[in-house]
Amino acid sequence: MKLSMPAIANPRSRLQGFSLNNRRSRTLLLIALCLVVLGVLLLGTYLIGQAGLDIALSSRNQPPSFAHPFGTDWLGRDMFSRTLHGLSLSLWIGLLTASVSAVIALAIGTLSATLGGKVDAAITWLIDVALSLPHLVLIILVAFAAGGGVRGLLLAIIITHWMSLARLLRAEVLQLKSSDYVQLSSKLGRSPLWIARHHLLPHLLPQFLVGLILLFPHAILHEAGLTFLGLGLPPEIPAIGIILSESMRYLSAGYWWLAVLPGVVLLMAVQAFDILGQSVRALLDPKTSQG
Amino acid sequence: MNFLIRFTVSKLLHLMLLLAAVAVLTFLLVSVSPIDPIDAYVGAARRVTMTDEQRALIAQRWGLDQPLITRFIRWLGQLLQGNLGESMTYHQSVAAVIATRFQASLWLMALAWLFSGVFGSTLGILAGATAGSWCDRLIRLYAYTLSSAPVFWIALLLLVIFSVNWQITPICCATPPGVLLQDVTLWQRLHHLILPALTLSVIGIGSLALHTREKLVEILQSNYALFARAQGETTTGIVLHHGLRNVALPALTLQFVGLSELFGGSVLTEKVFGYPGLGDATVQAAIRSDVPLLVGIVFFSAIFVFAGNTLADLSYRLIDPRIRIGGIER
Repeated sequence: MKLSMPAIANPRSRLQGFSLNNRRSRTLLLIALCLVVLGVLLLGTYLIGQAGLDIALSSRNQPPSFAHPFGTDWLGRDMFSRTLHGLSLSLWIGLLTASVSAVIALAIGTLSATLGGKVDAAITWLIDVALSLPHLVLIILVAFAAGGGVRGLLLAIIITHWMSLARLLRAEVLQLKSSDYVQLSSKLGRSPLWIARHHLLPHLLPQFLVGLILLFPHAILHEAGLTFLGLGLPPEIPAIGIILSESMRYLSAGYWWLAVLPGVVLLMAVQAFDILGQSVRALLDPKTSQG
Repeated sequence: MNFLIRFTVSKLLHLMLLLAAVAVLTFLLVSVSPIDPIDAYVGAARRVTMTDEQRALIAQRWGLDQPLITRFIRWLGQLLQGNLGESMTYHQSVAAVIATRFQASLWLMALAWLFSGVFGSTLGILAGATAGSWCDRLIRLYAYTLSSAPVFWIALLLLVIFSVNWQITPICCATPPGVLLQDVTLWQRLHHLILPALTLSVIGIGSLALHTREKLVEILQSNYALFARAQGETTTGIVLHHGLRNVALPALTLQFVGLSELFGGSVLTEKVFGYPGLGDATVQAAIRSDVPLLVGIVFFSAIFVFAGNTLADLSYRLIDPRIRIGGIER
C-alpha cells in the first residue's frame, strides 16, 4: 500500500514524524486518560477511607456545596463518598463478572469451532435460544433461579454475557481454520497445539481483549439495573444501584442531587470503559493502528 | 403468494422449536432454584405454623413429590393446552395478567418506539449530511452518551426536571389517583405516558442515530451521489432523493430488532414510574417468587422478540425492491 502512494502528494506522511499530532498518539493518550479515571474510581475508596460515611443528623439533606460536592443524604452522610464507595463496589463486581464471562466465551467459542459437528450445533443453538429472550428478562430469570442476592446477581451476570463474544470468537476461529496459512501449516506437519499457539492465539488475543473491555460497561449497567430493581444486591450493601433506588423515595421532596449526581459518575465510568475498548480496538487493529 | 406460505411455515416451525427450547431451559432453571415453591406460596407468616402433613399435602396436590421428568411432562401437557397456571401475586390466571399488563405496556412501547424512530433517524440524517462538522460531532457525542446512560437514571433525571421542578407531568402511574385504567381519557393516558415513553425511547435513539449516520455517509460518498452532484444537485437534494429511501430500510430493520431491548428497558422504566405494565409484573413475579407468572412472561417475551425479528426479516423482503425481485425469480 505504502509503496504505491506518491510520497509528496500525501500531506499525512509528513505528519507521521510528529508524535502528538497523529492518531496513534492521541489514542494512546485517550487510553491513559481512561485508565487514570477508572483507576481513581476503582481505588478511590482506599484513599479516602470511611470518611464521610458517618451519620450526621445535623447536616441532613444539604444541596451540593464545597464541603459536600454531591450534597448529603437523609442521614447526613456525604453523597460524594457514598457514590465513590458504591461505584467502586459496582465496578469491581462488573470487572469480576465480565472477566469470568469472557473466559467462558473464549472457552466455548474456541471449543465449538474446533470440535465442530454436534457440539458446535448444540452450542450455536444454545446461544440462539439465549439471545432470543430480552436480555434483562433472561438476567432476572437466572437471578431468580440462583436464589437472588449476591450469588444470584453474580451468576446472572456471568451466565448471560458470554453469548455474543463466544459467537464472535467462534466465527473468528472458523475463519482462521480455513485460511491458507493454517491449512499449509498443518500440511507441513505442525501439531494442532502448535498451530493454536502460533497462529490462532495471536489473532484471538486482541479480539478477546477488546471483547472483554467492551463487556465491562454491559456488566456494570446490568448489575446496577438489577440491583436497582431490588433483585440484586441486598439494601445493606451500598452499591450504586441501591443508592439510586433509595434516592427515588426522596425525589418528590426536591432532593434532586441524590439521584442525579451519582448517576453522572456512573455514566462517566461506563463511558470511560467504552472509550477504552474502542481505543484499544483501534490500536490493535492493523488497519487503523497507524496514521 | 407461494413465497408467503413458505415463509410463514418456516417461521412457525422456527417459533415452535424456539418455544420448546425455552420451555426446557426455563423448567431446568426454575427447578434448580433454591427457593422452595411451597414456602413461596404460603408466605413467610404461615411458614412457621405449617405442619409437615400440610406441607406434604400441598406437595402431593402440586405433584412436587414426582420425579423431574414426570413433572416436566405434566407441565408441558398443561402448557400445550394453553394453561399457563395461576399467578399467586395477582390471584388471576397468568394469561389474563399478561393480557391486561401487556395492553398497558403496548401503549408505552409503541410510543417509545415511535419516538426513538423519529428522533434517532432525524439526528442520524442530520449528522450524516453534515459529517465532520460541529453539528455532527455534537450529535455523535449525544448518541454515544445516550447509549451508555443507564435507563433508570435517565428516568430519574426526567422526573426531577419535569415532574418535580416544573410540575408539568405526573410523577407516577398510568392514571390519575382514583381513576381506573379502563375509564381514563386519551389525554390523561398520554399525559401519564409521555415521560416513560421518552425514557424508553432513549435506548433506541443512540444506536439508530449512529447507524443511520454511517449509512448516509456511505451513500454521500457513493458514485451515484457524486454523479448527482456533478449534475448540479445540492446536498439537501441528494439526501432527500437518494439518501432517505436507502436509509429508511436499515433503520426500520434496526427498530424491529430493537424490540428486544425495548422490552428489557420497559422493565426498568416501569419500575421508576410505577407504570402498571408487563415489566412491572416481571419484577413483582421475581420478588414474590411467583413462578407461573415469571415463566409465562418469559414465554411471552420470547414470542415478542421473535415477532420483532420476523417483522425485520419480512420488511426487507416486502419493501426492498432488490430482494423482492430476487425472491420472485427464485
